[in-house]
Amino acid sequence: MPEPANLIDREIHPVRDRVLLGAVWAAAMLVAGAFVWLLADLLWHGAGRLDWSFLSTAPRNSGRAGGIWPIVVSTVLIVAVAIVVAAPLGLATAVLLSEFTRRGGTTERAIGLSLDVLAGVPSIVFGLFGNAFFSVWLGLGFSILSGGLTLACMVLPILIRTAETGLRMVPDDWRLGAAALGLSRTTALHQILIPVATPVLLAGLMLGIGRAMAETAALVFTSGYVDRMPSSLFDSGRAISVHIYDLTMNVAGGDRSAYASALVLIALLVLVNGAAIWLSDRTLQRKIATR
Amino acid sequence: MMSAVDDKPTPSREGASSAFTLGPLVAGPPCCTPQTHISIKSVTLSYGRIPAIRDVSLDIYKGCITALIGPSGCGKTSLLSCLNRLTDLIPGCHVEGRIAIDGQDITTPDLDVQRLRRRVGMIFQKPSPFPLSIWRNLEMPLREHGVTRRDELEFRIEKALADVGLWAEVKDRLGSAALTLSGGQQQRLCIARALTLEPSTLLMDEPCSALDPLSSAVVEDLIQSLKGQYTVVIVTHNLAQARRIANYAAFFWVKERAGTLVEFDQCRTLFDQPRHELTAAYVKGLQG
Repeated sequence: MPEPANLIDREIHPVRDRVLLGAVWAAAMLVAGAFVWLLADLLWHGAGRLDWSFLSTAPRNSGRAGGIWPIVVSTVLIVAVAIVVAAPLGLATAVLLSEFTRRGGTTERAIGLSLDVLAGVPSIVFGLFGNAFFSVWLGLGFSILSGGLTLACMVLPILIRTAETGLRMVPDDWRLGAAALGLSRTTALHQILIPVATPVLLAGLMLGIGRAMAETAALVFTSGYVDRMPSSLFDSGRAISVHIYDLTMNVAGGDRSAYASALVLIALLVLVNGAAIWLSDRTLQRKIATR
Repeated sequence: MMSAVDDKPTPSREGASSAFTLGPLVAGPPCCTPQTHISIKSVTLSYGRIPAIRDVSLDIYKGCITALIGPSGCGKTSLLSCLNRLTDLIPGCHVEGRIAIDGQDITTPDLDVQRLRRRVGMIFQKPSPFPLSIWRNLEMPLREHGVTRRDELEFRIEKALADVGLWAEVKDRLGSAALTLSGGQQQRLCIARALTLEPSTLLMDEPCSALDPLSSAVVEDLIQSLKGQYTVVIVTHNLAQARRIANYAAFFWVKERAGTLVEFDQCRTLFDQPRHELTAAYVKGLQG
């Protein structure tokens, strides 16, 4: 898409505009710099520890030696449970909010308020709730399932709010056009509104996955600490972030492993984001171009 | 604009002192022997408690083009939306009165709205093809209404595209995105999309006003070619266009903040020998 801002690039006031330009560049560089520093720090301390066997073997000696393979598997499983549960619930709620309730109406306001409150709840509180509800009351114990379900509750507000925004961004012209052709709401949603909103839906999903993957406090009391390879969803499993926390806080001499694990976590996040961008491009093209 | 009228006050029908008053509806005799297709009886439409149209009665004749003219905010588009019940989508919108199409009351709550909208197509001001391929744009409504056989889909789609003069232009790229078409082509695609459902009536809400003059002329010719086959109700601010294409014209005005029908007549008569002084002033460009 063309950037309209480029058209006025050449007209720059000698002093004022240059100061502004300098300030915005400085701000952007500062932000980028913080990330680069963080990454460099991780690489500096962790890269030496990172090799194929680190990725493919189980931790030994409380994580000082060995690798993180079971932990990667547990993390992926926990996040998968969270997303599989939260994504359909989130999309459905977003559809209700954007398509079937009046903006500013009682239902919309009530659901919106509860979502905003939910989004502001600290993750440790989710952890306590998950422990009380999923682990104890439902009897799931310390398991990947109760960890994943707890995370699902936590990422739900993000998923709903982004999906709702995405659906609201679809111009009303298409809703009216679809209605005027006698298309049902379901067809309009399924054929037009959701495909158009897909890039935003995927972006929301990625935000959710990112948040879920990086979560520590909510998992300590729900999916637990056990660093063995889980044999089912009812097994306890240690997420990468919990592993990093444990290595840093409880294991003397675990720092290098912690850094390496953090690198793996960041690599996973980058991978997920890349996949999302690729997927949304592809969905758009397929939806628009095929006969 | 007002002063031109105030200088030479036209004697009002009711003899009131103000320049313009809304007297009783003035309707001229129909031409030939028109058949009523849509009958609108005492329709009042309100958003919340605020009426947008008050007590409009009007007959729309089969196979003719009827233009709804009048200043902005006089309820022309609202009236149009009543005819395919698009008003249902607007929260707080309430319609009173009776509207019958081919004798069937369409204001009843248990009406099959999807079937109604299949019979009464609508074209909007801004061309709104779906962000899908040209083919999918036409196929989707057909499938929704139960047309699934490949040969029938192809037949109907080709016919509709040919009817709007788009077949030759797009037949080799039916798979490409509809949004890559030009504005005029997009509007013709929207008309084709409505035509695939074989409606009896087409409602058009300023269908040319978002188009450049050349595309506008093409779409106008197309609308004219629909005369006879379809009953067309068109809202337009372009008086010259109304004059060129419409058989009948209905002139609306705002009275006490609600749209009211002032005069309905054959288009020529309404423009050349208006019976109401408001109409006269509006079509001469003095008022509105």
